[in-house]
Amino acid sequence: MSLETELSPVYGDAFVTGQIGDARTLVPILASDSPSSYIVSLVFNGLVKYDKNVELTGDLAESWDIEERGLVIVFHLRKGVKWHDGYPFTARDVKFTYECLIDPDIPTPYSGDFRMIKAVEIIDDYTLKVTYKEPFAPGLTSWGMPIMPEHILKGHNLLTTDFARNPVGTGPYKFKRWKTGERIDLVSNHGYFEHRPYIDRYIYRVIPDTATMFLELETFGIDSMSLTPLQYTRQTDTPFFRKRFQKFKYPMFVYTFMAYNLKDKKFKDKTVRRALNYAVDKNEIINGALLGQGRIATGQFVPESWAFNPEVKPYPFDPEKAKGMLGEAGWNDSDADGWLDKNGEKFEFTIIINQGNDTRRMAAEIIQRRLKDIGVKVNIRVLEWSVFINEFVNKKRFEALIMGWGLGREPDCFDIFHSSKTRTGEFNFITYSNPEVDRLLVEGRRTFDRSERKKIYREIHRILYEDQPYMFLYIPDALVAVNSRFQGIEASPIGIAYNFIDWWVPKDKQRFKY
Amino acid sequence: MARYIIRRVLQIIPILLGITIISFAVIHLAPGKPTDLMLQLNPKIEYEAREKLERIYGLDKPLYAQYFDWLKKLMRLDFGNSFTDNRPVIDKIFERLPVTLLINFLAMAVILIFSIPIGVKSAVKRGSFFDKVMTVLVFIGFAAPGFWLALLLMSFFGVRLGILPVSGIVSLDFENFTLSHKTVDLLRHLILPVSVASIGGVAGISRYMRQSMLGVISQDYIRTARAKGLSERTVIHKHALRNALLPIITILGLSIPALISGSVILETIFGIPGMGRLMVEAVFTRDYNVVMAGLVISAFLTLAGNLIADIAYVYADPRIRYDKISRPVR
Repeated sequence: MSLETELSPVYGDAFVTGQIGDARTLVPILASDSPSSYIVSLVFNGLVKYDKNVELTGDLAESWDIEERGLVIVFHLRKGVKWHDGYPFTARDVKFTYECLIDPDIPTPYSGDFRMIKAVEIIDDYTLKVTYKEPFAPGLTSWGMPIMPEHILKGHNLLTTDFARNPVGTGPYKFKRWKTGERIDLVSNHGYFEHRPYIDRYIYRVIPDTATMFLELETFGIDSMSLTPLQYTRQTDTPFFRKRFQKFKYPMFVYTFMAYNLKDKKFKDKTVRRALNYAVDKNEIINGALLGQGRIATGQFVPESWAFNPEVKPYPFDPEKAKGMLGEAGWNDSDADGWLDKNGEKFEFTIIINQGNDTRRMAAEIIQRRLKDIGVKVNIRVLEWSVFINEFVNKKRFEALIMGWGLGREPDCFDIFHSSKTRTGEFNFITYSNPEVDRLLVEGRRTFDRSERKKIYREIHRILYEDQPYMFLYIPDALVAVNSRFQGIEASPIGIAYNFIDWWVPKDKQRFKY
Repeated sequence: MARYIIRRVLQIIPILLGITIISFAVIHLAPGKPTDLMLQLNPKIEYEAREKLERIYGLDKPLYAQYFDWLKKLMRLDFGNSFTDNRPVIDKIFERLPVTLLINFLAMAVILIFSIPIGVKSAVKRGSFFDKVMTVLVFIGFAAPGFWLALLLMSFFGVRLGILPVSGIVSLDFENFTLSHKTVDLLRHLILPVSVASIGGVAGISRYMRQSMLGVISQDYIRTARAKGLSERTVIHKHALRNALLPIITILGLSIPALISGSVILETIFGIPGMGRLMVEAVFTRDYNVVMAGLVISAFLTLAGNLIADIAYVYADPRIRYDKISRPVR
């Protein structure tokens, strides 16, 4: 920072971000892709949101009371909040949003959590009572769902409404214009209930190629972008770059894993799965595929989550031990051909991955090599995403695959590991079944007490690592570059964008005037 | 001649119909549905949501029923709505078409302006230094991968020299420019994409031109023209060139459908919202309506382009007649 920097924020300037994809719809409950969600998060608010300490705090709800041991949540909404068209925000908008979410004719991907609700009652304009069928701890987080305006959308078909391309919200930025495939323009909401954002304009530019995006960053065509590990480590250390840009590295709530099809007789034995875990050096994957920008994953929770169990340590890289364990399980190289076998069958399997993700491909290649060292033959097959999901994952026609889960801050992972979630299209496609884990998952959802839930999820973390339904691989870091003229950015476990309304640019450095 | 044209125009209809049937069948062969991208592997999703969505979009009906629904709409020139954002397909296409057409027309102009003189001179001065250098340069241009060349040029002119914009088709503050500034801005943004887009074409057409010209120059009538005492200029530019251009006309006619197709690779690199990206993204998201619209328009233009090329030939080459058997010129 230079010495002439003003100490207090001023208004003005624009922030230009570069992203690979264009948004599809700006109707909040229909926006399931990242670009759409990105824009929606600036234009709308939910009742709650996460603060920089990864704790739930009020957004449109000022406070809430949890009653009857979690069966009832009463939200006290903020008064005086206005929609971008001036209309007042009230509890009616919340109830309307809820009704859309559970409407069977509206194809929203987010209805699951809201189906656990028995009733939503409007007590008065600013008080809302939500009664659940059973105590449901993840319910509170689900109210981070952006709220939609009843006075505009009531009676409209959410799939065909113009609102999708011209949204009206309560958020810090108002929608201005959308040039399809090119850019989306937002302007600051001067009446925003927290405070007027300092940055006057937000421009979202669609730049489909990461190499081009980097060139745009260098020529100041954009102010920020997500860097690839290569760009972060090798291309951004020049004096030019360091002077003009700030780099941020923070953990993502994402992890990559190799899943075993537990119905395959090779992988049914826990000893085999544990052995394979010893045979692969995760650090090698992080250094090779991520150039060091990541950490080893040991389970469903990342270190920044309160559910993370720090006592679960990753297995050391020990190929000899792996061979020993496989030998105990009956896999030996009886015909001395270099490959392990059992009952006449060679230990060979195929890992499938989706096209377009180089990091996963590199991880697969490293796994292939390390497993070859202990006599297990691995083939790799790359498939186009739709084919990958429809023909192989959903139909459970695979031996092993590599994929990633993007996690919410709420640790409930019922949908992924409960033994009931094995229908076509559901997430327990490995057919994992552990009665103790089932019990804990159900318990975890019903308990509201944080310390109780902590115990439950930490136990789940421990059991899952022991069971090894997945070989947990890595947690990548988010790598972001932002033009150095922006002040007020603070990295936190939930990233840097959480306090975007507090970012500002000193007058003499502002690039975009009106 | 008129009867010939009418016959050809009428033929277009069954051919087009056949193309739509085959296209429809083929794109449905790929596994996956448009609803997949919206619903898959989102941990918060409802199992029944997919079935509901498929019913809404009519994707649960048998294939032939879906085809007839689509065909009925097409009769009214309604290309349906996109599955990804429910907007009319025709709107999405008209949004992207102008940029693609502009780039393609400019590229074609550049190609013709450069390749014809290069081809002619290479043929006339065959074996000369010019011919040799051009051959090498042209093959390099042809072999160089477009995306690599694009990135090099962007890096050099955009970052290193800073005289041309890196990507996109207009500047950020385009809205506030005067009309003349807007024109200049647009053209500046198009310089690199058009250059990269035309390199392959210049390479190809100039070789074609050279070859055609060589073939013509060795003809007897050229020798006759020279013997008659005509200036070399007249011989080459009036007599030889006219004949050598005939194959180029065919190529131009066949290139008409290509005018609406954008190179998805170049569009991705240069961040241009054109037809290439629209179509490729539609294939990846199984947006059947958009893909079919693109195929139908493209097929129609191919057939129309063929017809136009064949008719133009009649006027360009007096030897060609479609209603009588061609007779050799005496």
